[in-house]
Amino acid sequence: MTSDILETDSAGSGTPPGPARPVARRRSPSAPTALGLGSAVIFLSLIVLIPLAAVIWKSAGEGPGFFWKSVTTPDAWAALKLTIVVSIIVALINLVMGTLIAWVLVRDSFPGKAVLDTLIDLPFALPTIVAGLVLLELYGTDSPLGVNLAYTRVGVAAALLFVTLPFVVRTVQPVLLELDREMEQAAASLGAGNATIFRRIILPNLLPAMVSGTALAFTRSIAEFGSTVLISGNLPFKTQVAAVQIFGQIENDNTASAAAVSTVLLVVAFVVLVTLDLVQRWRSRRA
Amino acid sequence: MPERSSVPKPNRTVSRYALRLVALVYLLFLLVLPVALICWQTFKDGLGPFFDALTTHDALHAFQVTFIVALWAVALNTVFGIGAAILLVRHQFPGKRILNAVIDLPLAVSPVVVGLALILVYGKFSSFGGWLEDNGIQIIFSTPGMVLATVFVSLPLVVRAVVPVLEELGDEQEQAAQTLGAGRWQTFRRITIPGIRSALAYGIVLCLARALGEYGAVAVVSGRLVGQTQTLTLYVEERFQNFEQPAAFAAATALALIAIISLLVIKLLQRKAD
Repeated sequence: MTSDILETDSAGSGTPPGPARPVARRRSPSAPTALGLGSAVIFLSLIVLIPLAAVIWKSAGEGPGFFWKSVTTPDAWAALKLTIVVSIIVALINLVMGTLIAWVLVRDSFPGKAVLDTLIDLPFALPTIVAGLVLLELYGTDSPLGVNLAYTRVGVAAALLFVTLPFVVRTVQPVLLELDREMEQAAASLGAGNATIFRRIILPNLLPAMVSGTALAFTRSIAEFGSTVLISGNLPFKTQVAAVQIFGQIENDNTASAAAVSTVLLVVAFVVLVTLDLVQRWRSRRA
Repeated sequence: MPERSSVPKPNRTVSRYALRLVALVYLLFLLVLPVALICWQTFKDGLGPFFDALTTHDALHAFQVTFIVALWAVALNTVFGIGAAILLVRHQFPGKRILNAVIDLPLAVSPVVVGLALILVYGKFSSFGGWLEDNGIQIIFSTPGMVLATVFVSLPLVVRAVVPVLEELGDEQEQAAQTLGAGRWQTFRRITIPGIRSALAYGIVLCLARALGEYGAVAVVSGRLVGQTQTLTLYVEERFQNFEQPAAFAAATALALIAIISLLVIKLLQRKAD
């Protein structure tokens, strides 16, 4: 335990912000810095900032009435509602299963664990359309397991669970690895049972990572498109999620309505991420 | 490690096996079985049909488009990624926190919204896109738009791989090189780049995997013109919707194999970087 603390300490002073920073801070940004910064800002503006601003501009351009009407058309409203509800459910399942998987990967040992650990990242590497296709093959109309989830909301949830699998696992896993086992052993020696140790020692330590992993899974879910295209069958009012609804509007040259629904998605993601950031900052200031 | 110092109690063992079982079953049905099934469907008649399906004219063209777009996107993101990482770690300037936040923004944006955003700025009916089109530059429904879309979705990957290593490295060696008379470029090439090599490679592979597999954003800006702007992922979807399952499965398996190989390379590079 003490060696752990010493190690983190020395690692902290090993990255020397002390001697490094003042040199750079001595002058206001030098010419090469300004040039690099300028290029980076132009690059980001051309690709990210101006286009995203154009979406919001477009959705607001025809007045708040038009925005409200586009968002509350029956199919857009149904798609948004479905997206949010399914994403919340998917995020909560991830919260439980992701933590459980991280636990098994860190605390358990069995043959093939290393392979499993690598596989967890597969959903990040696998193209989303392929993810949708493979799920539809196993859980589609001619499912070899006899489970048909094609064109159902459960199917949409399965696709979202697939693509969001790594988020909670990969945020909780490192925290669990760092967690001091001696605290648990001390609690056990004082007579605490498994459940008490988990609730009083482990859970409070893991909670921040669990929450941020869940929030990331949620924002990914509301944005997801590729994996849901095939398995949802794109049925308005039933399985059509917001991203697919937006896609249809773009195909119909209805870009103003598409921009309105897009803006709602952007705002929801923004609010979740900013809240997460504030909570993390608040916690680290208290710690 | 004092991991097994205490003898596990029986109920502890039971709960350990129960948790392991739940995790394995969940991963089996969500991840392993679906991916394994598609590989089996593709290879059940041997390698011949797989290669036949991938060497049709349309499939080869889709490969070509995919690689051109991915290479451009990776090149742009690598240059931007190194530059932005150096700015964020080595320099002080007003607005640094905003720059830092904006770099992560693409991860929270739906691929379809990315496509829409690019159409609104670079499409034929926007003032800027119209002006470009009048001067003979077509962005949307053509390769440049697909490159822009792919750059957008994979933007943070190189930066986020390089930043922690650059921080860890410190700038003492760079300063030493400059004291010894090395110029900025020489210091960058001889000191900085070798220092971040593994992390940079890791970021590039991550970016390449994402670029090869991008679907949503490219689907919107490419116009999905078969034989022209069709990438591999678009090819998978189009063939599947047209009930040409062997072609769709072969391309999907090819993409899955690329994903698995990138994953293994990433793990290798991560271990090397540690």
